[in-house]
Amino acid sequence: MRLSEAWIVASRDFKIFRRVKNVWSSIIIFPVVISVLFPVILEYLAVRGSHGLAAPGVLPNLLNSFSFFLVIGAAYVPLGIASYSIVGEKVEKSLEPLLATPLTDGEILLGKAISAVIPTLVAMYAAAAVFMVGIDGVTFHTLGYYYFPNWNIATLLLVLMPVAIVMSVLFSVIVSSRVNDARSASSFGVFILFPLLGIYLASETSIITLDVNSLLIISGILLAVDVALFYVSTATFRREEILTKWK
Amino acid sequence: MIDTENLTKKFGDLTAVDNLTLHVNDGEVFGFLGPNGAGKTTTVRMLCCLISKTSGSARIGGYDIGNKADSLKIRKIIGLVPDNVGLSEQLTAYDNLDFYGKIYDCTEAHRKENIQRFLEMLGLWDKRNVLAATFSKGMKQKLAIARALIHDPQVLFMDEPTANLDPEAAKTVRDFILQLKKEKKTIFLNTHNLDEAQRICDRVAIMNTSLRAVGTPQELERSVSGKKTVIGLDQQVNDAVLAALKKLALKNLSIDGDTITFDVEDPDKENSPAVGAIVLAGGHVRSINVVGSTLEDTYLKLVRK
Repeated sequence: MRLSEAWIVASRDFKIFRRVKNVWSSIIIFPVVISVLFPVILEYLAVRGSHGLAAPGVLPNLLNSFSFFLVIGAAYVPLGIASYSIVGEKVEKSLEPLLATPLTDGEILLGKAISAVIPTLVAMYAAAAVFMVGIDGVTFHTLGYYYFPNWNIATLLLVLMPVAIVMSVLFSVIVSSRVNDARSASSFGVFILFPLLGIYLASETSIITLDVNSLLIISGILLAVDVALFYVSTATFRREEILTKWK
Repeated sequence: MIDTENLTKKFGDLTAVDNLTLHVNDGEVFGFLGPNGAGKTTTVRMLCCLISKTSGSARIGGYDIGNKADSLKIRKIIGLVPDNVGLSEQLTAYDNLDFYGKIYDCTEAHRKENIQRFLEMLGLWDKRNVLAATFSKGMKQKLAIARALIHDPQVLFMDEPTANLDPEAAKTVRDFILQLKKEKKTIFLNTHNLDEAQRICDRVAIMNTSLRAVGTPQELERSVSGKKTVIGLDQQVNDAVLAALKKLALKNLSIDGDTITFDVEDPDKENSPAVGAIVLAGGHVRSINVVGSTLEDTYLKLVRK
């Protein structure tokens, strides 16, 4: 598999995304909401510190749970991109001429994955930077130290987030083969967020603690899911399947 | 350039292409004729290594379509204009072609030169920076042809390139194919437009799941024996004339307004009783013509076999 060829496909998709409002708005809106909303919520809680929610003993767990929303966002953002990238080609019937070129199925699929992963990573890392600065600004007076950066967020951003993005992209490939419009594809794709939302709720209700060990275990589980989805998506994204069985 | 031997494709119990054996010469424009569902697109997809064959073999430029390593080499030497043009609508005409040029590892200079050459030849150079989404059907078709040629392929596969185009756009596309013919490009042209095949193709094959005939359009016209008599009357054919003709048991008798057509094997013997019957029934004969069979006759006869 030639990375250079996959990059050609990804570069073409980047050009297309710039002209599709739904795609670039999905890249921007959710990260902006996460990075701004949570510091604002904490600011609100800090003002009402008597509730105990923003007390120094409670804050670290709360911040770890909030940080997990960066992972949920990272899984959400590529749904729109990958769905458009593949369903868009289906609608325009542009896959057949593409498949008639010397590109392999794997190179096309990798190109599609790169075009969804890179904007998501950039957007979510930028969101994480704003999120950390905002949270530190709001919590410094309560905690007496800057909570971020720490090993937790490092594990979350550098290990868990990429694994979650890949899971979302691969799931989108599978969903996209079964539907004929990008909106349906991203709607069905949202199912992949449910396990992540479950983890978030479990952390908020203190069933689990999102420390480094937990994050690594979750990453390991998602990695196993990625491997399974990789096999299904590569079996789905084969030229004969695309031309004869895709709806 | 293209050789197939007993090439077969089945989808479950359905046989789409059955034991297709044919040879296309280098630099030839080869018409592949057949009705909808005849297996034309499936054949092109097999030859372009887009779908696998069920049995048989085929070689393009000496490479075997059934061999994985060869299939990549085949895709480098072919260009495909699919029945759905499949352009990236959110890209400009220039970017569409540039993208494909990059995939085929064309140098930047080569890409620029070919993009300008083909867009100018097809009258789209002025629209090079316009989004493909805004193009008319004919313009999109032309752009798809330019895309298929961007890497100077040895073989060009075209699947119904003039279908659904207005007459002017269809003529532009046909003229362009004739220009490519002068450049000795091997072209495999799927069509059900007989007139187009007759005007453009060196040889044609008639297909309806299995191959029915191959030859030059003239050879195929001659292959169907028999002639037609066309009798023109001064007025519409009335019931009395029709009844009189039916008594003669003429072959493939058809009436169209004031024109009567039927098949004849020996016009000298068969026309006279027909004309006599018409006159006796009160008809006034304006003209009598005996015409040979056409490619259309051959096509219809062979696909109905």
